[in-house]
Amino acid sequence: MEETTHKILVIIPAYNEEETIGGVIEDVKKEMPGADIVVVNDGSTDATPLIVREFAREKGVTLVSHPYNMGIGATMQTGFRYAGRKGYEIAVQVDADGQHPAIEIKKLVGPILRKEADAVVGSRFLGFGEYRPSWPRGVAIWIFSTVVSKIAGKTFTDPTSGFRAFAGDVIRFFSRLYPDDYPEVEALVLLHKKGFAIMEVPVRMAGRKGGRSSITGTRGAYYMVKVLLAIFVDLLKKIDTTEENP
Amino acid sequence: MQTVQVISIIIALALFSAIIDLIRRGLLKERYSVLWLASIFAIMALSVWKGLLDRIAQMVGVAYPPSLLFLVAFLFVLVILLHFSVVISIFTERNKILTQEVSLLKARLEEREKKGEGRSEGK
Repeated sequence: MEETTHKILVIIPAYNEEETIGGVIEDVKKEMPGADIVVVNDGSTDATPLIVREFAREKGVTLVSHPYNMGIGATMQTGFRYAGRKGYEIAVQVDADGQHPAIEIKKLVGPILRKEADAVVGSRFLGFGEYRPSWPRGVAIWIFSTVVSKIAGKTFTDPTSGFRAFAGDVIRFFSRLYPDDYPEVEALVLLHKKGFAIMEVPVRMAGRKGGRSSITGTRGAYYMVKVLLAIFVDLLKKIDTTEENP
Repeated sequence: MQTVQVISIIIALALFSAIIDLIRRGLLKERYSVLWLASIFAIMALSVWKGLLDRIAQMVGVAYPPSLLFLVAFLFVLVILLHFSVVISIFTERNKILTQEVSLLKARLEEREKKGEGRSEGK
């Protein structure tokens, strides 16, 4: 395991976000100068990897590219595997579309540094900002919020938020087991099952600055059914994450 | 309830619990279970609700309604098989890409090792 002087790794999963990825990297570097960045390029067909490669000339920014598109779940897991191998103590997920302002990262990392939680989720609904999701999405978020809160025994207002930070043990856990499809909600259930301490903190998020969302319309209903099914089965699952090559 | 209905329900339930257990043990991924679960749901609905079975059989022109159960099951199996062909095609493409990447990485590695040897010999 390589030693690293930096404890914090910001994982930016990216798929065709050429309009915003440069700005996001600069934002993170500005607000979190001590943290390293890894951009996991999930088979982008646009200029995303070219843009990131320019930043990767400097220390502290790394580009990892998948040979083909695998989805956000596998992409984040690649980030976790990278973080695990390099010995990072904290991993932060920041989306490449500009919705996660880097200035809010400190709020996610703080509780982990103070050993108050193993995983911190940034919620849009805890009082900060005026985010009002579109109707179908709002219903989906409400349903997931109810289900996850019920399971975990505490309130989760924004289980679909990808703006999260994780401690080392969680990094190692996710390196071996992370949901492939629409992972955000399921990941919380898995963490709860494994006994990790999860916390929500209020954050302000920005609207999508460029590109298109990957979850729209009718796909949304299919998405919900899949996630609810996965959660139902996760509750029954045996979680055995021993593996030879994490 | 007719015997064939009971048999049908038992098989559907057995299949359902097998699928849930496979997912639970990590041997079956959720995304490949969706079609199976949809089939089971359809068969269960037609097995339990005789009225529906009779009505659809009449609409389609099947004289003996329980035959419809076989037809529906068969059609679902066809769809599942087709889905598998698609999945295999996707995997074939990905496998090809991975093989190509590995080959190129090996070549790059050999280049580096060559250079490394050259440099130390030149000293």
